[in-house]
Amino acid sequence: MALRKPPLWDVHAERDATFTEFGGWDMPVEFDSIRTEHEAVRETVGLFDVSHMGELEVRGPDAAALMQRLTTNDVSRLAPGEGQYSAITDSEGVILDDTIVYALPEARQPDTGEGFLFIPNAGHDGEMEARWVDHRDEWDLDCEVENRTAEYAMVALQGPDSEDLLADAAGEAVRDVAPFDFVEADIEGVPVLAARSGYTGEDGFELLCPWDDAEAVWSALPCQPCGLGARDTLRLEKGFLLSGQDFDAESNPRTPYEAGIDFVVALDTDFVGRDALADATDPDERFVGFELRERGIPRGGYDITDAEGTVIGTVTSGTMSPSLGEGIGLGYVPREFAAPGTDIGIVVRGQRKDARITDIPFL
Amino acid sequence: MSFEIPDDLYYLESHEWARIDGDTARVGISDFAQDELGDVVFVELPDGGESLDQEAQFGVIESIKAVSDLYTPLSGTVSAVNEDLFDAPELVNEDPFGDGWLLELEGVDEDELDALLTPEAYEEQIA
Repeated sequence: MALRKPPLWDVHAERDATFTEFGGWDMPVEFDSIRTEHEAVRETVGLFDVSHMGELEVRGPDAAALMQRLTTNDVSRLAPGEGQYSAITDSEGVILDDTIVYALPEARQPDTGEGFLFIPNAGHDGEMEARWVDHRDEWDLDCEVENRTAEYAMVALQGPDSEDLLADAAGEAVRDVAPFDFVEADIEGVPVLAARSGYTGEDGFELLCPWDDAEAVWSALPCQPCGLGARDTLRLEKGFLLSGQDFDAESNPRTPYEAGIDFVVALDTDFVGRDALADATDPDERFVGFELRERGIPRGGYDITDAEGTVIGTVTSGTMSPSLGEGIGLGYVPREFAAPGTDIGIVVRGQRKDARITDIPFL
Repeated sequence: MSFEIPDDLYYLESHEWARIDGDTARVGISDFAQDELGDVVFVELPDGGESLDQEAQFGVIESIKAVSDLYTPLSGTVSAVNEDLFDAPELVNEDPFGDGWLLELEGVDEDELDALLTPEAYEEQIA
């Protein structure tokens, strides 16, 4: 199947970006160097094309009911213009995807009801659209479900200087946006939804705009362009989960409790997977971070061992941390090994290297 | 993008180069290879005294995004490794034909050069 291209693909190619397949999309992985891009985001500001992320809108009288029953967090806490991190689980409580759910501004909602926008991970939009439509019909709820992935472009402006740069381009009102909340703004005449969110652990904004206007928005935010390579090292240093890598319903099924995102589970709401999760709040395996204490780089798929060398788990994500200058990684281990300070080993190309469980985020 | 291809070197298809000086050779990776790898953050090299056969794997080079095996262009005995790379692996990016060299071999046989790519042939390979 042909890869989907983001609307800025030609702009990136012109800038000599290198590309990689991600979730069925041909996305820029690197513009200058991962280290350069990573440091720009930690120290100043960088701009990512994240148009591979999905966008689904749910509108109508029962939109809130449908969102509540298909996501683990409590959407009733959201006022228009607010967002929340959440998970989508199956009846066993296994994470199918993680997402941010936004309650649309009243002006964007139909007269009769409520409206939400949520952001599935790359390549999950079709699956989530089908899930939402099927359950809406099964439960006989009154709302529209629209997959708008092909209509929205999305860029992420990330780093300590992102607020200043966005205020220059979109106006001073963006300074007042609280984390996870969003405002409607205007950049070069293009309407954008500017959400104070991102996946780098830095202050920043994710900007949704019409697909065909992506270049105008991108060009109005002059700073270091960044690819998925830097996005991965940045999110990993903060211990953020990556769908398909740190959890995957098929290859690495995990509950939100195992994955360490307990805070997205509102057990006092009724959602698919709720009963299974109520019985699984103290899982046998935990998501942990570790640092290598010898030279080397942990990679996804490497074995995690105990201090004696017995395999106890698998690395799900690992890298050389550009900020720390040492090998760091994430993975699942039995809970008796999960405490920070526990000595473990990582098998790097057949050779066991000393490592230690550490607190996440790493910085 | 154009890459530096010094014309006094011999190349392996897997992007290592060899600079011959009598019966010794210095070995590194090409400008093209370091660019493809991106930020080099780790290099694993053999101990001095180890004997290597032509095209044998002798080490590993890792960038933030990838792991690659290293192969020797020539047979010989490892007479030196570039220990500066253990603290500053980025030298491979900054100066792949100079300070970013990997190891030196002694006892190399010039007859083996026939199996390597000339600069012109290597340029054609990466074109």
